[in-house]
Amino acid sequence: MGPYILRRVLATIPVMGVVAVIVFLMLRLSPGDPAAILAGDQATMADIAAIRERLGLDQPLLHQFVVWVGELLTGDLGKSIYLNRPVTGLILERVEPTLALSISTMIFAILFAVPMGVVAAWRAGSWVDQTIMGLSVLAFSVPVFLIGYGLVIGFALRLDLLPVQGFVSLWDNPVGFARHLVLPTMTLGLVYMALLARITRATMLDVLNEDFIRTARAKGLAEPRVLILHALKNASVPIVTTIGLGIALLIGGVVVTESVFAIPGIGRLTIEAVLQRDYPVIQGVILAVAGVYVLVNLAIDLTYSALDPRIRF
Amino acid sequence: MSTARAIAPVSSAMPGEMVLDLRGLRTEFRGEGPPAVAVNDLSFTVRHGETLCIVGESGCGKSMTALSLLRLVPRPGGRIAAGTAMIGGRDLFTLSEPEMRAVRGGEIAMIFQEPMTSLNPVLTIGRQIAETVMVHENVPWSVCMERALAMLRAVRMPEPERRLHEYPHQLSGGMRQRVMIAMALACRPRLLLADEPTTALDVTIQAQILDLIRDLQEQTGTAVILITHDLGVVAEMADRVLVMYAGRKVEEAVVDELFDAPLHPYTRGLMAAMPHLGGVGAGRMRLAEIPGVVPALTDMPEGCPFAARCGRASAECRAAMPPLEERRPGHLVACWHSGESPDA
Amino acid sequence: MSAILEASAVPTASRRFRPGRMLQRHPFPVVGGVLLGLLVLSALAAPWIAPHDPIEMNIIDRLQPPGGDYLFGTDAYGRDLFSRVLHGGRVSILIGFTVAAASTVIGLLIGVVAGYFRLADAIIMRVMDGLMAIPGILLAIALMSLTRASLWVVVVAITIPEIPRVVRLVRAVVLSVREQAYIQAATAIGTRFPRLMRLHILPSTFAPLIVQATYICASAVLTESYLSFLGVGTPPEIPSWGNIIAEGRLYVQLAFWNILFPGIALALMVLSVNVLGDGLRDALDPRLARRL
Repeated sequence: MGPYILRRVLATIPVMGVVAVIVFLMLRLSPGDPAAILAGDQATMADIAAIRERLGLDQPLLHQFVVWVGELLTGDLGKSIYLNRPVTGLILERVEPTLALSISTMIFAILFAVPMGVVAAWRAGSWVDQTIMGLSVLAFSVPVFLIGYGLVIGFALRLDLLPVQGFVSLWDNPVGFARHLVLPTMTLGLVYMALLARITRATMLDVLNEDFIRTARAKGLAEPRVLILHALKNASVPIVTTIGLGIALLIGGVVVTESVFAIPGIGRLTIEAVLQRDYPVIQGVILAVAGVYVLVNLAIDLTYSALDPRIRF
Repeated sequence: MSTARAIAPVSSAMPGEMVLDLRGLRTEFRGEGPPAVAVNDLSFTVRHGETLCIVGESGCGKSMTALSLLRLVPRPGGRIAAGTAMIGGRDLFTLSEPEMRAVRGGEIAMIFQEPMTSLNPVLTIGRQIAETVMVHENVPWSVCMERALAMLRAVRMPEPERRLHEYPHQLSGGMRQRVMIAMALACRPRLLLADEPTTALDVTIQAQILDLIRDLQEQTGTAVILITHDLGVVAEMADRVLVMYAGRKVEEAVVDELFDAPLHPYTRGLMAAMPHLGGVGAGRMRLAEIPGVVPALTDMPEGCPFAARCGRASAECRAAMPPLEERRPGHLVACWHSGESPDA
Repeated sequence: MSAILEASAVPTASRRFRPGRMLQRHPFPVVGGVLLGLLVLSALAAPWIAPHDPIEMNIIDRLQPPGGDYLFGTDAYGRDLFSRVLHGGRVSILIGFTVAAASTVIGLLIGVVAGYFRLADAIIMRVMDGLMAIPGILLAIALMSLTRASLWVVVVAITIPEIPRVVRLVRAVVLSVREQAYIQAATAIGTRFPRLMRLHILPSTFAPLIVQATYICASAVLTESYLSFLGVGTPPEIPSWGNIIAEGRLYVQLAFWNILFPGIALALMVLSVNVLGDGLRDALDPRLARRL
């Protein structure tokens, strides 16, 4: 049991270390004086000097890095230049909408994509397959905001069924929370769904060609049982892996979707930070998001043994 | 070495009763161009308690025959184009799909060649056996699991209680083939199709598995169709032998008759390719003595498909397919020259 | 085994490449290719075929609906949307092709080094893992924040997140190829590394790379539009599709065509490239054909 899990957990450390180095060096190695960039166009020499001192940019690179990592390890992501508040707090304030949208999108997408991929593989080459795969390429190609505004115009403006934009906290008003999430979830869900449907189909196609599927049919099992118990269970590891890796794509989509629906989440926080050249916030968001990505994928790796008995830790 | 009677015999069957009567089976594959005929005008019967061996080289239609009987010809492309298969008074080829599912694993069961890949890697052995019982007999899961355990004992699986909860990757090839047999016989089928059941196994294990199949057959009276390219296995197991070439039956006889007096040049070639009769696994040698290869299924010659490889082929052979004729009592052969002496 | 052999004796779809039957057999890739060709042509010819100046403002005609003098209507400054969409295609094509080419070339170089030199491999792959842990758009946004926006900064910001995918692909191909018997034989008889690369290893990366480059092109076009839409991409004075949409979003209720037409152009472009990529994948690499 132990050694594999330990190794897998330890393997996340270099990944996060690399992320930290990338984020750290990005600012320091960018062409020009980072302090001047952050200070903006109308800054005076004094402003620039102040920023340089606050971020410790006047210190040697290694010294800066050691100090910064030391702070990171205590959970301190630094302080916003613009708002003069801790970045950790800023992120936590914005985390609920982003988390809610990501989770609801994922559930929505999995619920539709997996059955679609299974059916497409089962009837590979048929019109059903071609339609599902055609739609998935389409969903993959249509920009998120086009889908978003289409849904807004249709369901919110014309039919007046759902709110146009914004977000309501689950704790304040559960119904409002759900209503505000419907359109953003559908918008973003289509893209994620396309990805999952394609990987489900591809994996299922491989599995359906296996000898044990023929055995299952020769035993007289009905097709739903063959497909779900015998085939899908075998296909689950690649599918679950894609769900995890797809989180990177999902978060990218979340940023755009939040903008379309004016949802005050992490994406909005990032854009505001970029427009205000508030680098500590950008840095903190990237670290936090990468951390979540790494942890979720770690968790998914650890579920493999439950899905496939051949994988033992 | 025979075990106690572990499983009940096939019910409602009299010794010698006809189990399967196959007539005029034709299985085709359609892609682009002309259809490939994998099985062509094949007829045979199997009786209760009997073992029929189907022999021939790879690609001669043996496996497709078995898959046709279960109506599991690979799709898309493959289909049964003609024929009737009577079992228990019904024609398999006209059954509805739900009726056919009841036949698969119920009346007809199949063991495949590759025990390593034919079991589902993510389900326990017990579950895979019990599942068969559940879908066919609609009894509680605990009863199904008890049957699974009984079957594992019947196939002489060491430590059956433990194996019940293990996964295929924890078992050796021979043990997996025992599981396949247990699964196939769990619902007391009237007919067992065994497609090269020992080919993928070690020589020593091969003999054990064949012994097991024979013992279980004696206990249950199940009719067996054993598909093999190994004449050693044929000598060991068969009551009757059917030789296939390029999708057609070219010779059929009782086993002793066939070995004593093979009439078709192809059968003689197969025998000549064996170092000696008797030992199981002796026929592992490929048929080096017969020059050439089986013709492509899409490109069948006009006449006898074996003519291109046959030492005594004449113009007649290349012009027309010889009909199946009963040269001796119970001995069918399709060859224009089968009446001549073998050394001519 | 015999079952497999029997199955293979069956004539499945012929694998030979016959262009004459392409349209009949693979209608989607061909249609995608033609569509892409039309989009590229119209974008390249934009200065000559656009009926109006894409940046000339005409406040009197602001937010005109489609039709009449303005095929796609006008935007909030009275600029002709049709002309702006035509010109916007130039930005998307420039970005798509440049990012695809740059990330493929850089990824190829890094991937070959990683695949061939054990020591470098460990370091390179850790860096790539780190890069892949950062969602591409976030990384691009962060890169955009570091300097004054220009078209080339956008290209760099979109290229960097795409590189790891190429590196992993190339490395995987190199690793599998170098295990092949013929490569080991070539090494054993003293074939030098550059020659080995040129003759044996690079050719096998070609097919998957072309396919990957196509997908990167599609993804880059989308990413540019997202960055511009968010206001952190192409400088606003350049009429890229993302910028047109970013300006149009303020008037989505009054003049939805400001979003619809550039959005459709964008979708068609990305769709045609993706479909072409699927077609190339099926045609060039049957082993890959089943995958994503």
